[in-house]
Amino acid sequence: MEMGRVMIMAEAAGINIEKMKRDTMKISVASGKGGTGKTTISVNLALSMDNAMLIDCDVEEPNCHLFFKEPMERVREIGIPIPRFDLEKCDRCGKCAEFCQYNAIAIIKNKLLFFEELCHGCGGCKIICPNDAVSETEHVLGIIEKGGMEEMELYHGLLKIGEPFGVPIIKAVKELASPDKNIIFDSPPGTACPAVEAMSDSDFVILVTEPTPFGLHDLKLAVDVVRNIGTPFGVVINRAGIGDNRVEIFCEEDGIPLLATIPNDLDIAKLYSKGIPIVEGIPEFKQEFIKIYDKIKEIVKTQGVE
Amino acid sequence: MVKQITIISGKGGSGKTTLTAAFTALAKNLVIVDADVDAADMHLLLHPQIRSSENFHGLNVAQKNDDICTDCGLCYDNCRYSSFDSDNTLHLEKCEGCAVCELVCPVGAIKMVQRVAGESYVSDTRFGKMVHAKMHPGEEATGKLVALVREKARKIAEKEENDLIIIDGPPGTGCTVIASITGVDLVLIVIEPTLSGIHDAKRMIEVARHFQVPTVACINKYDINEENTADIIEFCKAEGIGVIGKLAYDETATRAMMDEKTVVEFSVGQLAADIKDIWKKLEKELVIS
Repeated sequence: MEMGRVMIMAEAAGINIEKMKRDTMKISVASGKGGTGKTTISVNLALSMDNAMLIDCDVEEPNCHLFFKEPMERVREIGIPIPRFDLEKCDRCGKCAEFCQYNAIAIIKNKLLFFEELCHGCGGCKIICPNDAVSETEHVLGIIEKGGMEEMELYHGLLKIGEPFGVPIIKAVKELASPDKNIIFDSPPGTACPAVEAMSDSDFVILVTEPTPFGLHDLKLAVDVVRNIGTPFGVVINRAGIGDNRVEIFCEEDGIPLLATIPNDLDIAKLYSKGIPIVEGIPEFKQEFIKIYDKIKEIVKTQGVE
Repeated sequence: MVKQITIISGKGGSGKTTLTAAFTALAKNLVIVDADVDAADMHLLLHPQIRSSENFHGLNVAQKNDDICTDCGLCYDNCRYSSFDSDNTLHLEKCEGCAVCELVCPVGAIKMVQRVAGESYVSDTRFGKMVHAKMHPGEEATGKLVALVREKARKIAEKEENDLIIIDGPPGTGCTVIASITGVDLVLIVIEPTLSGIHDAKRMIEVARHFQVPTVACINKYDINEENTADIIEFCKAEGIGVIGKLAYDETATRAMMDEKTVVEFSVGQLAADIKDIWKKLEKELVIS
C-alpha cells in the first residue's frame, strides 16, 4: 500500500501521524522483576542499532554506564521548587500544614516544621498562605549525566541518596531524547509510578523476564501495566534453560509476541560481571539483537495501520 | 523487644527473596513482611493463607465536574504535573494528588476523592504470620503502603510476643527502600559480584548510613567473578561493614523456586548449609535470645 493512502486511513482511525512519519522509534525496556536483564538488553540493542541513543531511566540504580569506558559527565542538576517560609510574616495559622497532602509541613508548639524530602513541589502552600509568607527555592533531587560513545550517546539520571521520589528526574532525562534518533529507555523495575513514567510515551515496550515462577509472576504484573498504557509490547526471555517453558506457554496463550530467547550462559554472565557488552565479547550476538529490532519494527508497523 | 531485619540489595535479582524466604524457614517465633509491594514474589514460596485483607487508600485524586466547570483555566495554569490539557481536560494518570486544582477552582468543580491504591493482607504461613500487600499498577505512595505493612507486622509481633520481624526489601534506593529500612535493627545487603551489583550495593550502603541503620553484607554467586568478590570484601572492610558470608552460584536455588519451596526445605546440600551459617551469624548480630 502506498504511504499516502496509509496516512489518510490512519488519520481517519485517529492514529498519531507524527509517529508514523518518523522512521525512528522509542523503545522502553522494562520488567516487573528486578535483575532479569533489562540493562543487558538495553545496552546491546542500542549498540546493535543504527542511529541509537540510550537513556537510562532507572534513576535509583542506573547501570548502563558501567558498560562504557568513558566516565559520565555532569549535565545539570534536577530539582523541584520547594517553599521557603518568611517567619516574620508567618503567624503559624497552620493553613499550609493542613493543606499539604504529603504531610511535609507541621506546626508544633507554635513552631513551623518543614520536611523537605516529603515535599512534591506542588506550590499549594504558597497559594494558600494568607500572609504572603511563602516564597520558593529549588530543592535538588539529583543530577543528569552524559556518557556513552561518540556514535551512541548515553544519558542517565541519578537520584540523590536519601531522596524518596525520582519521577521528576525520569521526566527530565526523557526530555533529552532526540526525535531523529532511535531511543532505548532502560526502565526501573517494578510496576509503580517510576516504572510507568519510564514506559509512557514509547512506541514499543520490551518486557524482559526469566523462565521461573518469579519471572512469570512479575511478567504478568508488567503485562497488566503495559496493556493499561496501551503501548504495543513483546517479551524477551533471558537465561533460557534455568527453569521451564511456563513463560513461553503464557505468551502463546495470551497472544504476546516472543521477540527472543537468550540462553543461560556462563560466558554471558561473566561478560556482564565485568561490564562488557555481549555484542562486544561475542560479536555474533549482534545478529540476534538486530532481529529483535526488526521484529519490533514489523509489529509497530502492522499495529499502526490496523 | 521485637527485633527487625531487612534484606535488601539495591539491584534487583540478586537473590534477596530466595535468601529471605530461607531465613523465614530457619527463624523461630517471627512475623514475615514482604515489602516489595509492587512486584512481590515471596508468597510464591511461602503460600500464605490470607486471613484478612484491607483496602489501601493512597493519595486522593482530583475529580472534575464538567457541568459546573467554566473553563477558566486556573487548574491548567496551577497544576505542576501536567494533569490538565490547555482545554482543561483532566488526565488522572498524571495526578499526584496535591489538591492545588481543588484549591484554585473558583466554582468548586474539582473535588479530591479517595481512591483504592492497593490491598494489604495478614496471612498464615507454615513459618508464622505474614503481612504483605499488592499495589495497583502505576500508583504513587508506594512507600506509604510499605510503612503500613510494617506497622501491622509490628502490632502483631507485640501482641503475639514474637521475637523477630523479617522484611524482604524492594530494589532501588527510593521511597519503598527508605520505608523498608528506617528504624530496623539490622540491614543485610545481598551483593552480586558484577559491576552493576557493586555499583548498586555501594549506593545502598550510603542509603543505610544516611538513615543510620546498622548494616552487614553477604555475597551471592561469589564465584561468577572472584576478582569482583575480592573487591567487594575490600570496600566493605574500608566502609566498616562486615561480610558475614558468601554463597556460590548453585542451581539448587532455581530448582527450589521451581518446586515453590525455600532452599533449606528443598535441599540439604552446600547452599542450604551456607545459608544456615549466614542465618546463625545474623541471629548473633541481632542478639535474639
